[in-house]
Amino acid sequence: MSFDVEAIRKDFPILATQMRGRPLVYLDTAASAQKPRVVIDSMADFYSHHYANIHRGVYQLSAEATEAYESVRTRVARFIGAPDPREVIFVRNATEAINLVARTWGEQEIESGDEIVLTTMEHHANIVPWQMLAERCGAKIRVAAITDDGGLDLEHLERLLSPRTKLLAFAEVSNALGTINPVRALTALARERGITTLIDGAQAVPHRPVDVEALGCDFYVFSGHKVFGPSGAGVLYGRLPLLESMPPFLGGGDMIESVAFEGTTFASVPQKFEAGTPDIASIVGFGAAIDYLGAIGMDRIADYEQTLLSYATERLLEVPGLRIIGTTKEKASVISFVLEDVHPHDIGTMLDGEGIAIRAGHHCAQPLMKRMGVPATARASLSFYNTHDEIDHLVSALEKTQELFH
Amino acid sequence: MDDLRELYQEVILEHNRKPRNFRVLADASHEADGRNPLCGDELTLYARVKSTTADGSDVIVEKVTFQGSGCAISKASASLMTDFVKGKSLKEVAADFDRFHELVTSSPSSPAETDGLGKLAVFSGVREFPMRVKCATLAWHALRAALENEGETAKTE
Repeated sequence: MSFDVEAIRKDFPILATQMRGRPLVYLDTAASAQKPRVVIDSMADFYSHHYANIHRGVYQLSAEATEAYESVRTRVARFIGAPDPREVIFVRNATEAINLVARTWGEQEIESGDEIVLTTMEHHANIVPWQMLAERCGAKIRVAAITDDGGLDLEHLERLLSPRTKLLAFAEVSNALGTINPVRALTALARERGITTLIDGAQAVPHRPVDVEALGCDFYVFSGHKVFGPSGAGVLYGRLPLLESMPPFLGGGDMIESVAFEGTTFASVPQKFEAGTPDIASIVGFGAAIDYLGAIGMDRIADYEQTLLSYATERLLEVPGLRIIGTTKEKASVISFVLEDVHPHDIGTMLDGEGIAIRAGHHCAQPLMKRMGVPATARASLSFYNTHDEIDHLVSALEKTQELFH
Repeated sequence: MDDLRELYQEVILEHNRKPRNFRVLADASHEADGRNPLCGDELTLYARVKSTTADGSDVIVEKVTFQGSGCAISKASASLMTDFVKGKSLKEVAADFDRFHELVTSSPSSPAETDGLGKLAVFSGVREFPMRVKCATLAWHALRAALENEGETAKTE
C-alpha cells in the first residue's frame, strides 16, 4: 500500500492555513509536531463529556476520566514496548522526565567522585540536569566526542566508561543533526559494566518504531507534543525494579498511601511519581496521537520519511553555497544546514516570508554547535505530513535567499 | 516578498557584506559584550570617549568599533550605529538609543518616526518582524552597557 500523504495532510487542520499569504510549509516538527484532528477532537470530547479529576471521585464521571487517563498508560506501554504499564510515568515533557530521574535516582545513587557520561550532541535538557546533579553530589561529567560527520565516536565513548561511571545518558536521535545513534551497542557496553542508561528519545519516537525492551535501556524519555500530541504530556519509562527503588519526586496528593504528621507513606509506582492533578486532557489527547500513529504504522512512517529525507538532501545540495551539517549514514528526517554568507536567522526570516517555517539557531545544543564549528544552523525537520513539493518550495526559496544576500 | 524587501533593504545588505568599523579598538576606554541568548548572536563593542572640557563635564564618543558574529540585521545595525554615534555626547547617544528603540518596536500600522535617525531609518522594516527586534537592538544595548558599566555583558532580554 503506497503512502497517501495527501490523505494524511487532511488529518491536520493547520496544514490548510495560509502564512504570509501562502500555504503554510511546516518544516519544524522537531521543535513541536502539528496535531491531527483526532487529537484535537479527543480533548474537546473529553472536556465536553468525560471530564472530572482522576483517582478521587466515587462517582461515575470520575471513574470514566480515570479510565480514559489510565488506558493511555497501557497504550503508551504497548507503543514503546514496555512490558508493564506501571513502567510508564506521566510527566510534562522529556525535560521534566530527565529532571525527575536526576532528582530521585540520581540523588540516591550518585556519590562524590562518580562519573556521568554524556555525548557532545546532547540537547541542553540532557546536559543541564546532570550538571546540576553533579554539582550537588560532587560527581564528574564526562563527554563522549563526536566525529566530523556528526556521528558518535564509539571508541572514545567506550574509553570513558570507568568503574566510577554510574550513568550513560544519550539521545537516540540528535535533535540538531538527525544522527541516529547505535542505541543497542551503547546499552550493551553499559550493561556489561553495570552502568545505568537513560535514553533521550524525544526525537526518535516521532520518526521510528521504539521498543524499550529491545533497546535494553533502563530509562527512556520523550515528549508527547513532539509525537503529534498536545503539549503538557510526556513520558518517563523506567524498568520497574528501578522505579520501585527510587524515592519520590514531588510530594503532594495522589502520590501517597497515607499521610499523618508523624510520617507519610508513599503510593506505589507509578502514582509515587505523579503528585497533584496532572494534565489529564493532554494525556487523553496524547493517547489519541499514539493511536493515530499506530493505525498508520511507525514502519510506514519511517519508510516514507527516509524517501523524503533522501530527496531533500539531494535537492538541498543543489543550492549554491549550501552545506549540510550532520551527514552520517543513519539519520532521521532532520537536516541542519548553513548557507554561505547568509546567517541562519536571515534564512529563517526569508523562508518565513515564503510561508516556510524552519528553525534557526543553536537548537538547544550549544556544545554541539561549537564542535561543528558553526554559531548556529538552519534546520528543516521533515515529518510524514510533508511532501516532495514542499521540499521543492524550500529549495527555490533558498535560492532566492542566496541571490538577495550575494 | 514586499515585507522582506522592506526588512532587507540594500543598505542593510551592503553593511552586512562589508560592516564598517569591524575590528578591535586597541585603545578603547569602554568595552562590553552583547549576546542574544535566543539566537546566539554575539558581539563585542568597543568605544573610546574623550572629554571636551577641562572639568570633564562634557564627554563625547570619539570612536566605536565592534567584532562578533550574527545575522545581517544585527551586523548591519552595529555597523551603521558605529558611524552614527561618532562624535556625539553621551546624552545624545542615550537619546539616539531611545529613538532607535522606538523606531523598531513601534506598531507597524502607524507611520515610522524616523526624525533625527538619518540612515538608521532603514530599520523601520524590523517593525513587521517582532522576532528580529532583538537582533536590531543588540549593538545598541551593548553600547549602552559599555558606556554605563564597563565590562558587563548586555543582553537583549
